[in-house]
Amino acid sequence: MSRVSIPDLGEIVGVFRKEYAKTPKLVKVVDCFIVYAVTTALLQYSYMLICGSFPYNAFLAGLGCSLGFAILTVCFRMQINEGKMLEKVFADYCVACIFLFLVAISYVG
Amino acid sequence: MIGPIFSSLTSISTYLMVRQIRSRGAGLLAASFIATIPSYISRSVAGSYDNEAVAIFALTFTFYLYLKSIRTGSMFWGVCASCSYFYMVSSWGGYTFIINLIPIHALALLIIDKFSSKLYTGYSMFIINGTLLAMVLPVVGFNAVETSEHFSGFFVLALMNGVALVKYLKGTLTEAAYKKALRLFVTTSIAVMGVISLGVITFAMTSPTLRWSGRSLSLLDPTYASKYIPIIASVSEHQAPAWSSFINDLRTAIILMASGIISCFRPLSEGSLFLVIWGVLSVYFSAVMVRLMLVLAPVACCLAGIALSDVLEVLCRSAKYSSDNNQPETQKVEKKKKGKQSSNRRNSASGSKYGLIPRSLALLGIAGIIFVLSYHLFHCSFLGGEGYSSPSIILQSRSRDGGTYVFDDYREGYSWLRENTDYDAKVASWWDYGYQTTAMADRTVLVDNNTWNNTHIATVGRAMASPEKKAWDQFRKLDVDYVFVIFGGLVGYSSDDINKFLWMVRIGGGVYGDIKERDYIGEGYYRIDEKASKTMLNTLMYKLSYYRFAEIVGRDGQDRVRGTKMGNPDVKLTYFQEVFTSKHWMLRIYKVLDKPNLAA
Repeated sequence: MSRVSIPDLGEIVGVFRKEYAKTPKLVKVVDCFIVYAVTTALLQYSYMLICGSFPYNAFLAGLGCSLGFAILTVCFRMQINEGKMLEKVFADYCVACIFLFLVAISYVG
Repeated sequence: MIGPIFSSLTSISTYLMVRQIRSRGAGLLAASFIATIPSYISRSVAGSYDNEAVAIFALTFTFYLYLKSIRTGSMFWGVCASCSYFYMVSSWGGYTFIINLIPIHALALLIIDKFSSKLYTGYSMFIINGTLLAMVLPVVGFNAVETSEHFSGFFVLALMNGVALVKYLKGTLTEAAYKKALRLFVTTSIAVMGVISLGVITFAMTSPTLRWSGRSLSLLDPTYASKYIPIIASVSEHQAPAWSSFINDLRTAIILMASGIISCFRPLSEGSLFLVIWGVLSVYFSAVMVRLMLVLAPVACCLAGIALSDVLEVLCRSAKYSSDNNQPETQKVEKKKKGKQSSNRRNSASGSKYGLIPRSLALLGIAGIIFVLSYHLFHCSFLGGEGYSSPSIILQSRSRDGGTYVFDDYREGYSWLRENTDYDAKVASWWDYGYQTTAMADRTVLVDNNTWNNTHIATVGRAMASPEKKAWDQFRKLDVDYVFVIFGGLVGYSSDDINKFLWMVRIGGGVYGDIKERDYIGEGYYRIDEKASKTMLNTLMYKLSYYRFAEIVGRDGQDRVRGTKMGNPDVKLTYFQEVFTSKHWMLRIYKVLDKPNLAA
């Protein structure tokens, strides 16, 4: 197994950029949403590291909510085929989001 | 009514689950098996059900919804599965089985390369929502993210995210770039995951609260409880089952279960792989503890249903389409093409006509299966009626002319307590009778069947195992007014307190160092006759059980349970006063005196 060197990494990133530009616009919007959700999760985690984790259940609820929302959006993205949005998938996504937020709010206390 | 209602709901959800995995016929057979199986009836009989009646319904329903969410890949079913999981968590501590079984199944699917977006959707929805919901319950609380029992779910979720990322890259990048990216990704992720796992494992092993809890450890290592937690080892339901209890409780289902596992591999789908893993794991756990035979029952029924439906499919098809002479082979050749085009869903009306056997043999086979099933039904209803339906608070035996003779001593004693003592009186006894005393005698007890507080039970055990004066001191400190013991020596009732006494010693000795089991064992083995140890003959338990027993059976009289003479027939009590003994001397109540009885 030969080592992967820095030029190879640059090549991978370049190829990825080129291929990614081909994805439909709708899917790119969803991808931004995923990045945003993961960022909120990271922000919450770093806040916990700085300021302590009291109250613990609020921290867990917030973190679980952001991570859950990120994963939900990933599932949604996987089901949107080539930028074509089906009503059923979107309805599922809304129901799941509402449920997740409900549970997280009830746990934040 | 809760028991029968929930067991009928369990039948329905088992039908739905197996119908989805195989076919309608298999579903019906599985549902009929679980409706009649004695192992489940023992927990859901009307009048004496346990929370497992509800828990098994929640279990089968959760599995049905989870398998459906994996099959359809819809987020809505994932939400439903996690709601049902929430119900399961709130009903039984055995939910840790689900939260470990589903990650193991997902891991198996990843290993055999059946990853799909549907699996990802169903699994991640279940884990995320399920964990958040489980944390809402006060009993579980932060345990859902902190204890080792839940870690497997998160680990497999991380793994699945990695696999999803790899598949996505495979889809987007070109061939050469993908190979390089894969190598890079695999090395970095193995390094990162290795470091994190090592950190988590060492942290968990060293911390006393994050390790596997005592209950789980006693399941994984069957000898754990007897060494460290005597109270778990003392419950008779926690012993390893004998072979006869497998056959008794599951009858035909356990025999068909093996062929059901083979049937699941032809063809192997996500649902049938799930049944196989569930079956193998529950066989291991039910071999550790009799109580967990209950977890084996649903999967044995499902697998038996699948096996039987496969057999019946061939037989019924043969009975319908073939005739008695050599025609089946020609039919086979003709219709082979049609058979190949038949759908994947194996319904008995599929119309594929291969593998026929002569008609008379088929009819004989069907008749044989009907006989076996009706025998199974007869056995199950017999066991459900005789074995599992009798209430344990009233005992009965057959008298010489065939009629039944009833021993109602427990209720007699409880109603005496209810009528003849102060409302605020406190009663001490062994924990087995706690709930009964609270409910029927309506008095405060020291310890009851909710064995959460081990130290408290050990205190009562220590008091029972101490000499009379010390025991009196301890009971006075605890403010006890009455003590009662169960004694079976007159009628031969063998689950009395003298037989349970060694467990009292072990549990007491587990917390207090001055009680040693060795001191109570006489010459050779635990006995109460003249070769019993001196300590044993001086304990409060011995004195309370055998007080005035010599007056009934004579000084040389025999204790019918132990089958030996008494070691000390002259029992005198200075600190306790007998206030009630029931008709067959089974329940004996003593009052704790304020001052010693000097006249005795």
